[in-house]
Amino acid sequence: MSESPTQPTLDFNTPKLVRHRKNRKLKDKLASVSIGAGGISVIVAITLIFFYLLYEVAPLFTSAEAERVATYDVPEQAAGSTIFSGTEEQGEKAFRVTDQGEVVFFNTIDGSIDNLVSLPIPEGVEVSSVANADPASRKFVLGLSDGSALVLQHSYKITYPNDQRKIEPFIEYPFGEEAMQLAENGEPLKEISIALSDGALMVVAVTESNALVAKQFEQEEDFLSGEIRLVPEEVDLPQLDVAPKFIIAEPAMRFVFVGTNDGHIQVLDLNAKRENIVNGTIKVGDENTLIDDMTLLLGGASILVSDSQGSTSQWFMVRDENNKYRLENIRTFEAVGGKIAAADIEQRRKGFLIANTEGTIKFYNSTAHSTALTISADAAVKNLAIAPRANKLLVETTDGKMQWWLVDNEHPEISFSALWGKVWYEGYEEPDYIWQSSAANNDFEPKYSLSPLAFGTLKAAFYAMLVATPLAICGALYTAYFMSPGLRRKVKPSIELMEALPTVILGFLAGLFFAPFMEENLPGVFAVLIITPIFILLFGFIWSNLPSNIRRLVPDGWDPVLLIPVIIFGGWLAMALSPTLEVAFFNGDMRLWLTNEAGIDFDQRNALVVGAAMGFAVIPTIFSITEDAVFSVPKHLTQGSLALGATQWQTMTRVILPTASPGIFSAVMIGMGRAVGETMIVLMATGNTPIMDINIFEGMRTLSANIAVEMPESEVGSTHYRILFLAAFVLFLFTFVVNTFAEFVRQRLRNKYSVI
Amino acid sequence: MRVSVKKWFKNGDPWVWFNAGAVAISMVMVFGLLWLIASRGLVHFWAHDVMQAEVTAKNGDRYTIIGELVETVEVSADQLRDAGYSIPEDLEHLDRNLMKIGNRDISGTDFRWILARDFSNITYPEDIIVMERREWGNFYGYLNEVIENDQVVAEGDQAWPALQERLDRALDIYSQIHDIEKSDIGSINAGIERLRLQQRKLELEDRLTSQALADIEAERAALNAEYDGLQGRLIELYGLINRDKVRVQSMDGTQITVDLAKIVHAFQPNAMSIGDKIVFYIAKLYEFISDEPREANTEGGIFPAIFGTVLMVIIMSIIVTPFGVIAAVYLREYAHQGTMTRIIRIAVNNLAGVPSIVYGVFGLGFFIYFVGSGVDKAFFPEALPSPTFGTGGLLWASITLAILTLPVVIVATEEGLSRIPRSIREGSLALGATKAETLWRVILPMASPAMMTGVILAIARAAGEVAPLMLVGVVKLAPSLPLDGNYPYLHLDQKFMHLGFHIYDVGFQSPNVEAARPLVYATSFLLVAVIALLNLSAVAIRNRLREKYKALEM
Repeated sequence: MSESPTQPTLDFNTPKLVRHRKNRKLKDKLASVSIGAGGISVIVAITLIFFYLLYEVAPLFTSAEAERVATYDVPEQAAGSTIFSGTEEQGEKAFRVTDQGEVVFFNTIDGSIDNLVSLPIPEGVEVSSVANADPASRKFVLGLSDGSALVLQHSYKITYPNDQRKIEPFIEYPFGEEAMQLAENGEPLKEISIALSDGALMVVAVTESNALVAKQFEQEEDFLSGEIRLVPEEVDLPQLDVAPKFIIAEPAMRFVFVGTNDGHIQVLDLNAKRENIVNGTIKVGDENTLIDDMTLLLGGASILVSDSQGSTSQWFMVRDENNKYRLENIRTFEAVGGKIAAADIEQRRKGFLIANTEGTIKFYNSTAHSTALTISADAAVKNLAIAPRANKLLVETTDGKMQWWLVDNEHPEISFSALWGKVWYEGYEEPDYIWQSSAANNDFEPKYSLSPLAFGTLKAAFYAMLVATPLAICGALYTAYFMSPGLRRKVKPSIELMEALPTVILGFLAGLFFAPFMEENLPGVFAVLIITPIFILLFGFIWSNLPSNIRRLVPDGWDPVLLIPVIIFGGWLAMALSPTLEVAFFNGDMRLWLTNEAGIDFDQRNALVVGAAMGFAVIPTIFSITEDAVFSVPKHLTQGSLALGATQWQTMTRVILPTASPGIFSAVMIGMGRAVGETMIVLMATGNTPIMDINIFEGMRTLSANIAVEMPESEVGSTHYRILFLAAFVLFLFTFVVNTFAEFVRQRLRNKYSVI
Repeated sequence: MRVSVKKWFKNGDPWVWFNAGAVAISMVMVFGLLWLIASRGLVHFWAHDVMQAEVTAKNGDRYTIIGELVETVEVSADQLRDAGYSIPEDLEHLDRNLMKIGNRDISGTDFRWILARDFSNITYPEDIIVMERREWGNFYGYLNEVIENDQVVAEGDQAWPALQERLDRALDIYSQIHDIEKSDIGSINAGIERLRLQQRKLELEDRLTSQALADIEAERAALNAEYDGLQGRLIELYGLINRDKVRVQSMDGTQITVDLAKIVHAFQPNAMSIGDKIVFYIAKLYEFISDEPREANTEGGIFPAIFGTVLMVIIMSIIVTPFGVIAAVYLREYAHQGTMTRIIRIAVNNLAGVPSIVYGVFGLGFFIYFVGSGVDKAFFPEALPSPTFGTGGLLWASITLAILTLPVVIVATEEGLSRIPRSIREGSLALGATKAETLWRVILPMASPAMMTGVILAIARAAGEVAPLMLVGVVKLAPSLPLDGNYPYLHLDQKFMHLGFHIYDVGFQSPNVEAARPLVYATSFLLVAVIALLNLSAVAIRNRLREKYKALEM
């Protein structure tokens, strides 16, 4: 073969190759840009969880705001001076009732008049007092100067002509246009109060001469016409020795609260006999304090008393040990100062507003014991009306102006003390930690104490760790250090397989198998705790004393296999002994014995069941990390120790444990993170009752189970919804911080090993 | 060799034994649990012999009982004495049997506890029949006569063959009825709903011309006509299926008539041979995984739950795999390996430890209420106010679980990438390959088993997760499968059933927990088996991978 005459020239710069190279370069660039963008966006997406939770939680802690959007002259001043005002549901229309017996409906945004209604009261008679019934009913009562009372209802007809919403306000007379005569002698009613319930109506009043008068009616529906008739019932009120100044009848129609001129509250019990009708007389504040205002809070259980010191306090009837009711001062709110001029209550929440003669208006929430907002009307306030949704406020000042405010006060019921402290809820005998987020009725006081939930979470985690930590750590120590490698390769994956076991299955077994089983064999379950260790020790000792040719049949590090039958036998024996033990020590029924003799409450689904089931779920987590930590302790350390004559166990406790302890610590931390957040097991294996009791035989409700139970039913954007988000956020932060800390400890450990 | 107790304690051996005991206890717990689930779940499908016995009641009355013995427990005599039984003084405890007596329509309960000593004359008559019914649970008793169109056509010995023949016929008609009701009428209903939405959409966009309206009306009329035709066929089939009845007699002598349309199985367990029973067992097992649930999920199969779980997991893996891999590749290959990357790595790691319910809350708030309602306003205004994507569904559940399992995939892929020796990358680069080419042609193929491991682990985790799904779209009973023959075939907005939630729901929310329990065990067994299989395969792949790169490093 001869060389070819022309050398092959290698030209790397042909247009095709250049293009090819360009393409490759472009692709490379494209890849790194898109992977960079993709990777960063995935990481951003993950952090989104944190920020989204925060975004949902934040409104709970932002302070309320209010803004004055309009000021105008009081509409139709000729109709007289306002004694009562209110607004329609949306806050588009408002009305004021004057002392001349006129009702002026007007648009809230500019004060233009919508409708004028002259009430059917006789010529020359004036309105002398007014009182609101349950705000949701839109009913109120006027006390007249001729000693009679008239019940009214402000109503709105909504139509949609040409797809435009049109509201037509009008006045209804739910119990007829004719006023009911309260004071037979025709004296003016200077104070009045109305109580309404499903089938009854009660009006109580104070006359000019300080006499108490009352009328109670049963409502009867006519079968044929459906018309409501009022059947009067006699109510006999005593005449008090002190002049009454305010009067309030609670909706249950049992108690009547009378504020007297000398600063006392007298409680009348209408259910009691005539001679015991005065339930008690309580002084408000110190001896110089006088009562300036008394209002019923939403729901009718509490009264709000504003005194001459400018402060407002909440009172309700509390039942004592002897089943007697007593009026108690529950809490006193931050004083508005000055002289109290007007008050109004919110219609959907336990909130209220107080205004003084200097124009300061404060928004309070009774459950949270907080002041949500303070605004200034710049002039002495005459009248207040908050819209039903508590998002708008109508303020009338003494200088003849109306102010229209927009209020942003979404979550006043949340304060640190309401979430974590003891709160004295209406109807309770003492302050307590309660979680009860919803009830059937509208005027229910929501109880958002996270304490019982946090307590339940920690209790469940505590019992789970009690079960899991010793088993997992001891097991891991053996597996990593004593076990033969062949066996270890089988044991480790099987225990790690447990980690993948769906917790719903563990929960199901705990709730439907283990809980009833434990209830039946309670003494046996405790006997296992004693019998198994004794059997292990006995077997170990006997085995050590067996002739060595028998012992050599089993290779070193296979002891657990030998122990399996021992443990199964021990467990079986404990269960078999259970009925005998029950007869011998617990009169045949340990459950009854616990309740009757030891005074310990017993639930079938209790902390013991949860501890066992969740312990089971946590064991593999702790086991796996501990085993890794122990196994990676450098071999020359242990060999050195053994060479110096230490026994295996001495090497374990003096060399391995101290070296691996950070790893074991982080294993426990990560295990606890898992136990705290676990949902299905606690959901299924506890009764989910939010109680605060460390008793191992009672259940609990955890934060996570609470979310699972209540989240689907909570209204989007409501306080309840946001509190559930808060619970999720707390769980997120807790586990994230714990895990990060544990991870940090492990990293440190890894560096330490690499140095050794 | 004799060891004294003192010496034995001194050298610490007891503690070593305790540690060994902890391992042994853990192993006993794991395998005991698996055994418990398997034994209770798998036994359910076996055709147990049915016992007939005479029972003496507390007050001395005697009555006959027919049923299966479910379990026997020991109870203390004191408890029984409190309950009013007269028990001899020397006895401390007695055995008590739980009998499944069925016949809920007659006796009110399916199960009854009876003291073992009260049984007498226990027999296993071959002619006892068990009927699984579509309502009222099982029937145990004797077959008296077979009735067709109110005429007795067979009684005595002839009754059993006649029943079987007619039952086959009835089951065949039943499946025809089921097909028409579920698929044909279902698709007509879907069509009518689609037309309604189409009309509403045109209305909203102000494009509803009389022409369009007429078209829609015509289509609707066609569908209605089709519906009427099917309705006629259904009436005919119902006439056929309702002609057959059987008259049976229960243990207390009550005679009842049962429509064959209401019977799923009828068999004589005491007359079956072992071979028959095995065939029956396999048939029941197949029915369990291929049938729809009956009687508020307490009977029948779990096919929709299996289907829902699988579909959700598939959609989840389609989402999680690319994103997880890209994030891992970025973190390991492209990002600058500094403190920031380390922090991100730890954070991603720790996200795996965040409680799953937190992801559920996030999914509900962000995807459903925030994104979903936005999507509804933008793309499905015609369906409002009923939400399309503004409520829990398959898509949101899949995405939520994808985020939940993202850390698993990232961590596994990263581990795989970090195990690939540097020399391989450098070799590829030295030969002139660009970074992207090295990644695509060399690194990713080598890391693919690691990615597989990650995805398998993610699937195993997702398949067993229940808590977040409860918030984002799982229901106890979905009216139809999320994948069917009606446009657009894959219904991402639909709610679905899930194995894990099925366990929770049937075990804890069902009215008849005792009857449903075996089914829950069986469902649990299936779920555990699937997840164990997935995990073991992940472990196997991981081990192979390790072996592979060990060789490379040498």
